Order: sequence, then structure tokens, then C-alpha cells
Amino acid sequence: MYRPFTMFPAVGKPGRTPNIPSKNELSEIDPQKGNSMRMSLLAVLIGLVSPADAMAQAAGTDPLNYSGPAWSPYWVGALIGLLSMLTFYFSNKPIGASTAYARVAGMVGKAVAPRHTESLKYYQDNKPAVDWEVMLVVGAIVGAFVAAWHGGELTGQWLPPMWQARFGVDSYVMRTIVTLVGGVLMAFGARLAGGCTSGHGISGALQLSVGSWIALICFFVGGIATALLMFRL
Amino acid sequence: MSTTTKPEFASKIPVNKGGPEKDPPTKQGFSAKQLILGLLFGVLFGFLLQKGGVAKFHILIGVLLLEDFTVVKVMLTAIIVGSVGIFSMYGLGLVQLHIKPTRYAANIIGGLIFGIGFGLLGYCPGTGAAALGQGNWDAIAGIVGLMLGSYLFAEASGWLDKTLLKIGDRGKLMLPEVVGLPLATFLCIFIPLLIVGLIALDQLVKR
Repeated sequence: MYRPFTMFPAVGKPGRTPNIPSKNELSEIDPQKGNSMRMSLLAVLIGLVSPADAMAQAAGTDPLNYSGPAWSPYWVGALIGLLSMLTFYFSNKPIGASTAYARVAGMVGKAVAPRHTESLKYYQDNKPAVDWEVMLVVGAIVGAFVAAWHGGELTGQWLPPMWQARFGVDSYVMRTIVTLVGGVLMAFGARLAGGCTSGHGISGALQLSVGSWIALICFFVGGIATALLMFRL
Repeated sequence: MSTTTKPEFASKIPVNKGGPEKDPPTKQGFSAKQLILGLLFGVLFGFLLQKGGVAKFHILIGVLLLEDFTVVKVMLTAIIVGSVGIFSMYGLGLVQLHIKPTRYAANIIGGLIFGIGFGLLGYCPGTGAAALGQGNWDAIAGIVGLMLGSYLFAEASGWLDKTLLKIGDRGKLMLPEVVGLPLATFLCIFIPLLIVGLIALDQLVKR
């Protein structure tokens, strides 16, 4: 799938200031994959590419060349299932993330254009205020930070290495536009479908909701088509 | 997750048409106690997402490329454990169900639009928060996009409510109703199927 040498000339621009990768950036790349790694070390030594570029090139766009999950996905899945039981019991709520963004967006909208925001059907049905789910998403940011810090997996990166391997090490503008558009489509789709990968994909699916299973399948159909076009065409 | 406990829990579930309880009043979730609980559950959720690897861009894109199945393993295990656990608690009268409405047109079209966004962004609303927490700063633009998209939907919500959201509206429909089985019987078949599927997946894929 990945061809190490054909991609080098495009990246090894002469006169580029080499950006030294941080330890954390390198930790995303699986050291077990020796072969292409050794070739790129050679490329660094003879001055063709900077170390950061070489690391990205070596791992390429094969996700299996990058680090896996810190814990067994089965353990994590089981614990998320148990966590669902806790949120049902103690908060009478299913885990879900997407409406938190809608509520915060509504709060911003209410600050900028209060009368217009209050006139919108969605915000008449869903009060734009901090609720349980907004706190859940804020907590998720904190929890992920603690987990990454605990496991030495803090990345501190603007571009994921696998993205860099495909779209270039300096593709900041492109990544920003793509994530922004992706976020807009994702939130619109989530609101239309009635939930996201958490709300439909886990909470709805585990309650055997028909709409949730349909939405979950469509999430993956749309996602697989888009990702294949972006990374494998 | 052990298969031996299943018939016991299943027998405790009242055989009904799967009709859920009434949703809680929308006021719930705004009290100080619930805000603190939300934060606490969120910390646990984000911690688990990061440890499960699903805050990582390459793992999330990896599942969409059908090359890294970590996401599927996490989700299916959560569905199996959560389903058994929550329907057991429901059978014991400890919790209410929260079934989202089935609206065929909106589920399908919204789901596909969501999927395109998923492919572009590489994170979803929950894992995007986790990605930001672990230091993937590209999630920030994604979060801004998520808020813009939510407001855009709110702008269109009055119209969508009268049109697309009405097409194929089946209310709180559950899988057992579709296949015409009692909830308990359905679970006794469906959960083992999911477990077998998960074991098969584990044998077939590299990660």
C-alpha cells in the first residue's frame, strides 16, 4: 500500500528549516515497524528530509503503523457500558455528546442575537444553557487529558502525523478548513439524525432503538466513503 | 459479559412491547447536583475514550478505512454490556428507558451527512472533546464547526420539523417490535449474536 521512496522528493524541499519533532509526536508512531523506519533514518542522515517529515513518511497512511489503544478496547467498551448504567441510574440520562455543542452554540447566539435565537424552533424546544450534557463534554476534555498525561500520550500537535503523511507536513490551512467544514456537516447531520456516535451509536443502539441502528449504519457508510476518497484514492 | 447469566436476567424483564417510559421533564439536568454528576461522568467518559485509543486521529480514520477496528470493538462491547445492564435495571424497575424517535428520512439523511463530516474531521462530538484533551489541537476548529453546524440546524429547524422530520416518523420504535418478538426473547438472541460477531471480528482483524 505504502511506497516509501516515491513520496520523498515531494517533501524534501531544499532550504527548509528542519522542524524537530517533540518526543510526544514521535510516541504516536509505532516503533515496531522497522523497515520503512530504517529507510527514513537513512534519508535523515543523508539530509534529504527533516526528522519530523521522515517520521511521518515512514509511518505513512497505514493506521496500523501508529500507536494502538493504551488499554484493551474490550475493557474500555465494558467500562463505558457500565458507565451508561451509572448515568441512567444517577442522572436519568443516556450518554450523548452532540447536543452539548448545540446548547453552547445557542448560548453564543443568545448573547449575539437574543431575539432571533429565541425565535428558532430548536432553541424553543432545547434551552440554550449549561446542562448535564455540556458538563459531560467539558468533563470528557478533562478526563482525556488526565488519561493521556497518565499514559504519556499527550500529543500537543496541530496536525495528526497520519494527516501529514497524506496532505503534507505544513497543511495547516487545509486541515483547518477541512475540520471546520467537517464539524459543520457533522453537527447538522447529528441534529437531523437525532444524535451522534455516542447518543445513537452507543446509548441508542444499546436500547435497541431502530432509528439509532439506522443512523449508526449511515454514520459509517458516509464516513467510510469520505475517508476512502480522502486517504485511498 | 458472561453468557451464563443471560437467561436469569432475561427472565426478570417483563415481556412487554418494548414501550418505553415517559421521558423525564426537560428541566432535569440543570440542577447543581446534575451538573456536578455530568462533569464527573464526563471525566470518566473522556478518560475511557482516551485509554481506548478512540481520541487518536489514526484510530478513528482507521476504522473508516476498514483497517483498524478498535472503534468497533469499543462500541460493540459497550453496547453488549450496556444493553444487558440497562435492560436488567429496567426489568427491576430501577431506570427509565430513553429511546430516541425513529424517523427514517432524518435518520438516514442526517446519518449520511454526519458520516461525511466524520470522514473530514476524523473525530466525532465525544471523541473530539477527548482528542482536544489529549492535545490534538486540530479538534478546536472541529469544535467551532460543530457549534456553527448546530446553529445552522437551529436556523432550519422550523422548516425541517414540518418536512423532512415528518417523513417515516415511527416514534419510539425498538428492534424487537420490528421482528415481532418479546423484548426478553429478542435480547436472548441478539446479545449472543453480537458476542459471536465480536469474537469473529477479533479473530479476523489485525487491530
